[in-house]
Amino acid sequence: MLLVKAIGRRLAYSVLTVLLATLLVFVALQALPGNLATQLLGQNATPAAVARLDASLGLNRPAWQRYLDWLGGALHGDFGRSLVSQQPVLTEAGGYLRNTALLAGIVIVAGITLSLVLGVIAGLTRDRWPDLAISGLSLLGMSVPEFTVATLLVLAFAIRLQWFPAVVTAGPTATVGELLPAVWLPAAALTAVMAAYIIRMMRTSVIDVMSAEYVTLARVRGLSSARVLFRHALPNALLPTLNVIAINIAWLVGGVVVVESVFNYPGIGTLMIQAVHNRDLPVLQFIAVFGALTFVVCNLLADLAALWLNPRLRTPGRAG
Amino acid sequence: MTNLALRVRPRRLSLPARPSLLIGLFLVGLNVVVALAAPLLAPYSPTEPNALDAIEGSSSAHWLGTDQLGRDVLSRVLYGGRYAMLISLSAALLTVVLGTVLGCLTAYRRGWFDEVLMRLLDSVLSVPAILALLVVVTALGSGASVIILASTVVYCPALIRVVRAAALSVVGLDYVTAARARGEGFWPIMVREIWPNILDVVLVEFAMRASWITLLVSSLSFLGFGANPPTPDWGLMVSENRSLLTVVPLATIAPIVALATLIVGLNLAADGIAKARGIDRITGGLR
Amino acid sequence: MSAAPELVQSTELVAEISGLSIAYRSGGRDVPVLREVSLSLGAGEALAIVGESGCGKSTLASALVGQLRTGSRVTGGSVRIAGEDVLAGDARTVRTLRRHQIGFVPQNAGHSLTPSMRIGAQVVEVLRATRKMDKSAARAEAVRLLAQVRLPEPGVLVDRYPHQLSGGQQQRVAVALALAGSPRLLVLDEPTTGLDVVTQASVLALFSSLRKELGISLVMVSHDLGAVSAVCERVVIMYAGRVVETGATRAAFRLPAHPYTRGLLSSVARIAAPGLPLGMPGSVADAHASSGCVFAPRCEFAQDSCTEGDAPELAPVESEDAERFSACLRLPEVLAAPAWEAQVRPPRTRERGEPLLQISGLTVDYRRRPDPRTGPTVSDVDLTVHRGEVVALVGESGSGKSTIAWTIAGLRRPTSGEITLDGTADLTRTAARRDPAVRHQVQLVFQNATTSLNPRRTVGDAVLRPLRLRGLRGEEAVVARDRVFEDVGLEPGHAERYPAQLSGGQQQRVGIARALGGGPTLVLADEVVSALDVSIQASVLRLLDDLRDEHQLGYLFISHDLAVVRALADRVVVLYLGRVCEEGPIEQVFAGPNHPYTRLLMDSALATEPGVTEALVGSEDEPESAPPAAGCAFRNRCPQRVEGLCDHETPPWQDLDDGHRIRCHVPVPVEIGART
Repeated sequence: MLLVKAIGRRLAYSVLTVLLATLLVFVALQALPGNLATQLLGQNATPAAVARLDASLGLNRPAWQRYLDWLGGALHGDFGRSLVSQQPVLTEAGGYLRNTALLAGIVIVAGITLSLVLGVIAGLTRDRWPDLAISGLSLLGMSVPEFTVATLLVLAFAIRLQWFPAVVTAGPTATVGELLPAVWLPAAALTAVMAAYIIRMMRTSVIDVMSAEYVTLARVRGLSSARVLFRHALPNALLPTLNVIAINIAWLVGGVVVVESVFNYPGIGTLMIQAVHNRDLPVLQFIAVFGALTFVVCNLLADLAALWLNPRLRTPGRAG
Repeated sequence: MTNLALRVRPRRLSLPARPSLLIGLFLVGLNVVVALAAPLLAPYSPTEPNALDAIEGSSSAHWLGTDQLGRDVLSRVLYGGRYAMLISLSAALLTVVLGTVLGCLTAYRRGWFDEVLMRLLDSVLSVPAILALLVVVTALGSGASVIILASTVVYCPALIRVVRAAALSVVGLDYVTAARARGEGFWPIMVREIWPNILDVVLVEFAMRASWITLLVSSLSFLGFGANPPTPDWGLMVSENRSLLTVVPLATIAPIVALATLIVGLNLAADGIAKARGIDRITGGLR
Repeated sequence: MSAAPELVQSTELVAEISGLSIAYRSGGRDVPVLREVSLSLGAGEALAIVGESGCGKSTLASALVGQLRTGSRVTGGSVRIAGEDVLAGDARTVRTLRRHQIGFVPQNAGHSLTPSMRIGAQVVEVLRATRKMDKSAARAEAVRLLAQVRLPEPGVLVDRYPHQLSGGQQQRVAVALALAGSPRLLVLDEPTTGLDVVTQASVLALFSSLRKELGISLVMVSHDLGAVSAVCERVVIMYAGRVVETGATRAAFRLPAHPYTRGLLSSVARIAAPGLPLGMPGSVADAHASSGCVFAPRCEFAQDSCTEGDAPELAPVESEDAERFSACLRLPEVLAAPAWEAQVRPPRTRERGEPLLQISGLTVDYRRRPDPRTGPTVSDVDLTVHRGEVVALVGESGSGKSTIAWTIAGLRRPTSGEITLDGTADLTRTAARRDPAVRHQVQLVFQNATTSLNPRRTVGDAVLRPLRLRGLRGEEAVVARDRVFEDVGLEPGHAERYPAQLSGGQQQRVGIARALGGGPTLVLADEVVSALDVSIQASVLRLLDDLRDEHQLGYLFISHDLAVVRALADRVVVLYLGRVCEEGPIEQVFAGPNHPYTRLLMDSALATEPGVTEALVGSEDEPESAPPAAGCAFRNRCPQRVEGLCDHETPPWQDLDDGHRIRCHVPVPVEIGART
């Protein structure tokens, strides 16, 4: 019963957060200074063109009405039409979304797993050479901007060694097969940057848990080291890392603009830059909301995972 | 009761000399000094083009070579940190000041203020940072003050959460209770009791925010939304010169290395403080 | 037991420690924790290791299991369990020993259970690691083990998680886990810390009966002399890493052979003897003597010869109980000294002052959505404290005593009721809303002195603050602060120190000084001596007693420890689940007759006094967490319960003599069974 209530609460909060985010985004985008249509069309727009755009965007109606209209449409999957291509936003963004999913998927499966393992190793061999090597590398990884890692990877693997293509030539409608040879370098770049945070968090967590009393006691009871590590320590060490993983997954889906730019990878980041350049409002709105939704969903999943791993959260305790 | 052996060293603000902290502070200091003294140190003007000397490798005249407009790479690298550092240090300071006050306030008051603020922060946090900055820059221009304010808004929520967590652990302690029982109000308690005990957390956060904002600003410049040509900026330099990566690699590598020294310095400093004070660095997101 | 291990056959011994020295590294030097400790334990014996903080007893307990804290190392000697060296042995040997020979019950049982695994799973895990068992057999055995440690409903508990159990239950689970491997030796590290007095008594009873049932040897490490004398027939007394006395518990406590043992015994407040215990001067931190006896700086028998040469060796003491040893050069004088029981400051009779604090009908309700089956946290409490009077508020955790204190201090608002100070000032307002003059009159002193002081400010600053808030400025304030420091027995020079540089006792004195600095008339002392070492407790109690006379203070003295209450208080109010069940002058309450709950408390506490070796009574030791909506709060644990009546009707007050009254449906028997 407590479990259902806990899940229900989190679900409700998540929905509220997404709604608030959509409102924020809407307000921010639509509250940009100057007449919106003039902004979009540039300073030399004719009054007629401005008026037409005003009407088509519905800018002559009050803001809250526009928001509700948009929200209603969004719930049905209708996010309006792209100002550039006149296509429905979802159709326009569909290809990009799929490509981002591919890239993110690879990074999540391979990159996050690798990071967790490295983090555990670093935590267990604290201050010895494996830890120093891993920690040193991850410090470097998080100190260097994505474009740096991407550029260096291109230099090394694409130009010098010629294992992978330097740039993706396929467009947003490319099939998975066409993208596959080109997806590895971007994936590596993203992993290099993201891994550091997960490794460090896991390392700290493992160190904390391994020195906790219940782990020491498990050893004193004569249990083998392997058993102590996997059954007693790791489930508890994983808990604080869940949120970090969630935030990173959300970032993978919403914010990898730079890496996509370097490799010309046709994902959401590329769409974002185009939309910003073109001032394509409906698309921008969609991307922002999609990012927020992903973030909230990831955090919700992390919370659910925490509920599963931590019995204290799902069963009532005793005051005693 | 007269002759006491000191059992624990007093927890004053002196930080023991850990190598990571010292190296970190040194690197940051070096970058700050170089950025300030660039006019004195740079052999050439960072912006004046010189078509004759374009795309040259390293030589005695140009230690790091020249870029495609013939500008001296070394000079540009020396000047290159100014833009990013100005923005990131200002934004980090603003973020920390604002975030600390809000974080302490919400930890102290709790109740509905806390709930509402947390929901709001969650919503702000959920919007992708880079998108927010791109949009703001597009709409309001890429002036330094715009980026500083936008960065502050984007990075404040996470800081508020961290400060709130740290303040919560302090607020429950008896010495704060004693102050409350004396009838003291929020501000005296925050300044006298809470602040000195979360100072170390705040310092670590400051260093980390500064490093992240620097990364973000460089990325913005790389994408063309930050510093505008001909401003010498490391991110912009990488963007401009990477097409010539095979011909004059130094023109791309040099700004990368310079940027790395600053950020590694900031991260080492943050690490050093955290280890020295025994704090868990539990902020692990990309914000 | 002998000090010369070579005389004993090691195959007979379950545990043998020879000349063990352990040190840790700090600032480039070795700081010794244990110095040449030797003791041995045969089959079926129960040995207690007693001392205060800093004596090394926990290190010794861990060493018995082959566990050293990081940074510590063995600088001499060995620990042998069943003939095998457990500190120097290889990993396999040590693991085998841990599985089959030794069971360890740690100090804080709650933290020692893995929070993510069910209780049963943890027991089964140990069973399957130590014996060849399949899953269903192991589970059945787990249930049997849980029953053996007297856990209620073991079949249900086996599927629970640790956080769903109370402190006492968690402790029992830790014992079950230790017993799962059928060990020959059980090591208990401070097994009663953090438990309520009733739970303590029943847990100790469990140890005694387990010993008889299973025939295992027991090593119990504790600072609690009473707990130790209830369970162990032999005792080892430690001070600053050395053994200072060993022998039979009864003999050692009746006629101590070392000045430290004497000092310890005379520091413990006892229900059986009213009055303030003497205590010992100084603290363990003084014990860094490089030559001579470690205890000499605090010893009343010390002579010059005590501070010269090597530390004294353990020498045999003549007595009818075999095998007593003491490391004291002045042994004959110690044995001939007057009985330690006599060193007590007898209670004084005092004039009762004006009424200071008057509480009537106080009710505090925290529940946001009131469950109709439960009642408010605190309900209908009446209390009066006069000037110069110490009123003790007694109850276990969850009884609402801290809630009441915080409400009086203005940190909470009461739901209903009246609280007045000096007949005029209304204390139902929160601190911020009170008149500043009134605010200062009520001061709080906290249990944990360390967390009650801001680690980043000097202690002088901490005491200066309330003085400044009262309006004193500059030089005036500093002078006043120095005077307060002297009042509490600290030197004005200490003002520049940070809390971490002071001992626990000194920190608590700073806490008291800070309260005094406010210029109070009423002091709320919330478990102020509970976290202190026994010898320090005595001196702080005396300080509180002196201050009350000097400044005509009224105290509301909250404590769960009846013996401490007996030492200091004039009147007692007993609280159960937020409802007063008994109150009266101290002598009357301790003479009896009593409310069944008070009776339970006193029996549990009496059973664990040093020198008393009555059989312990195991009882229902689990208090419920929520007070009932109606009827008597104690009904589920009460031996005198009347069906129907106690469930629905609020019990009436019954007046016994002299202001002593209890709240019970069952009429109190008139004969007075004196328990003093």
